[in-house]
Amino acid sequence: MKDVRLMKGNEAIAEGAIRAGCDGYFGYPITPQSEVLEYLMANKTKERTGMIVLQAESEVASIHMVYGGAAAGKRVMTSSSSPGISLMQEGISFMAGTELPCLLLNVVRGGPGLGTIQPSQADYFQAVKGGGHGDYKMIVLAPASVQEMYDFAKLGFDLAFKHRIQVMVLSDGAIGQMMEKVELDDERPRWTDEEIVKMHTWAATGKTKNRERNIITSLDLNPVKQEIINRKLQAKFRKIEETEVRFETIQCEDAEYLFVAYGSSARVCQKAVQLGRAKGIKVGLLRPITLFPFPYKEVKRLAKQVKGIQCIEMSAGQMIEDVRLGVEGIVGVEHYGRLGGIIPAPDEVLNVLEQNFIKAKIYERTH
Amino acid sequence: MTEEIIIAGFGGQGVLSMGKILAYSGMMQNKEVSWMPSYGPEMRGGTANVTVIISDERISSPILNQFDTAIILNQQSMDKFENSVKKGGVLIYDPNGITRHPERKDINIYTVEAADESAKIGLAKVFNMIVLGAFLKLKPLIEPEYMRKGLEKSLPPRHHNTIPENERAIETGKKIIKARYLMN
Repeated sequence: MKDVRLMKGNEAIAEGAIRAGCDGYFGYPITPQSEVLEYLMANKTKERTGMIVLQAESEVASIHMVYGGAAAGKRVMTSSSSPGISLMQEGISFMAGTELPCLLLNVVRGGPGLGTIQPSQADYFQAVKGGGHGDYKMIVLAPASVQEMYDFAKLGFDLAFKHRIQVMVLSDGAIGQMMEKVELDDERPRWTDEEIVKMHTWAATGKTKNRERNIITSLDLNPVKQEIINRKLQAKFRKIEETEVRFETIQCEDAEYLFVAYGSSARVCQKAVQLGRAKGIKVGLLRPITLFPFPYKEVKRLAKQVKGIQCIEMSAGQMIEDVRLGVEGIVGVEHYGRLGGIIPAPDEVLNVLEQNFIKAKIYERTH
Repeated sequence: MTEEIIIAGFGGQGVLSMGKILAYSGMMQNKEVSWMPSYGPEMRGGTANVTVIISDERISSPILNQFDTAIILNQQSMDKFENSVKKGGVLIYDPNGITRHPERKDINIYTVEAADESAKIGLAKVFNMIVLGAFLKLKPLIEPEYMRKGLEKSLPPRHHNTIPENERAIETGKKIIKARYLMN
């Protein structure tokens, strides 16, 4: 029989990490994601799979423990919420510079500053455009259900090691705290030390006679060499843009109007699509699953089909910039968002779409 | 079938666990379920509420502002959620501690005197199961065998000996629910 459980999003990603063969978790508690650390501790992972779970003294310490574990070729992760993720940015940039794979979870809360503990999506720019210094990108996955919180642990580790990149799961307090049905798959064993030596030839696993030392550093004072490193990184990001775009479309086949939303906003919009369809409005939803790489091509394809695009975010308008890049001015794009930890209601966002595109008729097709 | 429910009251009344048992039982009966709690500062010593959705289809938004059923267990929640019941929907409340009773004429209103009843039995902890029973009387979404499975899943094994008294409390709730105002 399938192992089906009712779990919180935070618990689901913790269980997902254990079953994905995670070697180490290093984190520091903060609402609304403390259940990740609590669940791992309660599950006695050391006995179950050998996975190390450690409460560090701070977020800065956590991310550098992740750096160390990743440098040794291990599957390692951390999780935090907005203010804690801000503290980690230096370490994330260092991992970008050294191409160290890892899984990061941000269960976003309202900001700026300490803000609230309620759900928000105001960390999009930080995650997608680079919160730390330098020219780098992370793969950013946006779960919209507890099942995806579970699934993205394994997917995140796989993508991280496939591309030697940091993968961030950009969730929010609503997805982290709610409970839904989760289907669990079988536990994948952790890599043995021999497997790591064989698979990750770049890792600091101890020098052997038949190879040079592996040095993990982001420092190279020679700008010519540094440019070469940067070009290599950029080539990797372009390849990811070509191959790793993920999204979901809901009732877009005949859509005349389109919501674009990710994460819990996408769930709200899904309901708004149902309400709109019941009123006879042909409305669909595009839900980006990867925020980097962003589904620009799908946005453009749909922009040619619809009369207006309504972005819904729990922010002052961040993802909308990527939507507009994809739309290339073909059709009107409007933002609506709630701030500071408030989740918009389904009828509220449908009303906004109607006001912007149907009642006001302020936008005409330009093609 | 989709049933969208808000359960709201004081922290400590068992609001969240009632929702959890309901969601777990629905899941055991192979339905789609979601459980979305208020986890904000209000739960730290104030009101607590949870949105539970039970459906035959994939659930869209776990966050709602309109509900088929509101289960209300204190005055603050009455003030907050009376107007969130969909037209033709159901409001169930425990009149204990309620100073302003619901006045809407476009919904069906029921009372369940669960606080009094649980005090009478001498088992304050089954208060929330009495309320749940009242709900299940009106909306028999979950078969009793799946309620039992839901209880088994959501209660830790050391509390499994309390399942019979919880089940009895559910039955009590089914018996003591009263209609206060019914639409014609």
